[in-house]
Amino acid sequence: MAVLLALEDVDARYGQVQALRGVSLTVDESEIVAILGANGAGKTTTLRAVSGTVRRSGRIELAGKSLGRRGPEATARLGVAHVPEGRGTFSELTVWENLRLGAHVRRGSLQADFKRVGEFFPWLEARRNQQAGTLSGGEQQMLALARAVMQRPRLLLLDEPSLGLAPLVVAEIFRIVRELNEQHGTAVLLVEQNARTSLATAARAYVLEVGRVAFAGASEELASRDTIRKSYLGY
Amino acid sequence: MTALAETARRVPIRPSTSWIVPLALVGVCVFLVVGSLQSALFAQQVISGLANGGIYASLAVALVLIYRATEVINFAQGAIATFTTYVAWQLIDWGLSYWPAFALTLGIAFVGGFALELVAIRPVERRGSQLTVVIAAIGLLILVEGSVGWIWGNGVKFMPAPFPSHIYYLGGVAFSRQDLSTIAISIASVVLLWAFFQFTKVGLAMRAAAVRPEAARLVGVRVSWMLSLGWGLAAVLGAVAGMMAAASPSVLLQPSMMDGILIYAFAAAVIGGLESAAGAVIGALLIGVLLNLLGSYVSWVTPQLLLPAAFVVMLVVLLVKPSGLFGRTRVRKV
Repeated sequence: MAVLLALEDVDARYGQVQALRGVSLTVDESEIVAILGANGAGKTTTLRAVSGTVRRSGRIELAGKSLGRRGPEATARLGVAHVPEGRGTFSELTVWENLRLGAHVRRGSLQADFKRVGEFFPWLEARRNQQAGTLSGGEQQMLALARAVMQRPRLLLLDEPSLGLAPLVVAEIFRIVRELNEQHGTAVLLVEQNARTSLATAARAYVLEVGRVAFAGASEELASRDTIRKSYLGY
Repeated sequence: MTALAETARRVPIRPSTSWIVPLALVGVCVFLVVGSLQSALFAQQVISGLANGGIYASLAVALVLIYRATEVINFAQGAIATFTTYVAWQLIDWGLSYWPAFALTLGIAFVGGFALELVAIRPVERRGSQLTVVIAAIGLLILVEGSVGWIWGNGVKFMPAPFPSHIYYLGGVAFSRQDLSTIAISIASVVLLWAFFQFTKVGLAMRAAAVRPEAARLVGVRVSWMLSLGWGLAAVLGAVAGMMAAASPSVLLQPSMMDGILIYAFAAAVIGGLESAAGAVIGALLIGVLLNLLGSYVSWVTPQLLLPAAFVVMLVVLLVKPSGLFGRTRVRKV
């Protein structure tokens, strides 16, 4: 399968603090890849390096096009949807306006997309005029995901989708991510504290440790190696 | 027991104040309507107060527009409005008739506002704080007002009246066409702007960029262009206010024309809560009417006292409701 996203020797820093040190990873077309690791290992920063919301250096390519000098606006236009940690919905705007904004980079009719989103999230239609900030945490996370679906991304960057949510809601979100991947071939780069769930969803995974890739491999392989499981994945 | 009583004393139960604003507004409306029915003079003063208020409203909404996007009061807004009004005067002086000049001026104002943000604000904003932007805006105020004097001179110019001086009579009340048209045009420009924000893709993107710039970037909104666009639209509203002001018989077209009006507009925007365009419009109409009534019914209130009076109104509103009539306490995500 062709490589969609390739990071090679990527550094990233917040002011004086270096958060990534020579990270290299790839995501193939239509593949789900997980990034695991402890707090502060650089998982979120890796996603931010891709979407252009942190200062970074090194080679970052999406389907052969360099992302290195592009800001988040331009990256979104190339087909990258980033659902940041803490949901990133526009809580002051209505549900429907949030969905419209998801399709901001696209032209033409959105009817098919509204329909598609309605299939994944049937409850959204009845809430379309509700202010997003008044939704529950789980609903906001789903709205953030629905907004990303509206963008018709080639690559979905998903940051801690399970944060602070009830297990049933988490299961629902992961089911939708898998469906999105199977039905529409959307590649997903997933950051998740819950190693067990993410390894069950992803084909491959990278384990980060203080800004470096410590291990990489197929999900089953990582899950089956006791030393990795115990020291990095915590279960 | 004593401890409980102590806590109870320390935490007073505050009654909700959300009913105050609607009640007060209804009260004001009833007062104005009853007064107008009682006296023709009163009705005329209300109408011309609304006309003044309409001018303040356009400028106040321009201030709100930029405040919402950058949390900065654009002190240069009045000077920019004056400049564009001179542009309209110049176009008319070159032989254009009023309404084509009006339309062309709106276009020039848009491009000018857009360019000003690009040249004077964006470089400062990128590396500085809000304070640097405020200082840049004050610099712009001096620069723009100075260049008006430099290009067109400091003397008074005369703008041809856009509306024939026609008077309509209804009951015993005389309505000047001038006042009615000013109200209509100011309100129409604000409503058009609202519709733009509510129903267009760009308008939605501008709102998103204003409330959550980082999230807006992630969905592909070019936030910095939205700011320039906001300055362009604000300049258009300012141009409307400026040309309406210059058409009014009580305002003279000179470089300092909008100085006082900017302060009224600022007071109106603050009364409305600074973030709410509807609040700014209501605040502006309130100030326009109130000052007009004060000026004509309270004998010792001379024109020199009207500006301080606007601030007294503003202070009273802020004392009763610190976030303004329609200000919202910001909901921050945790």
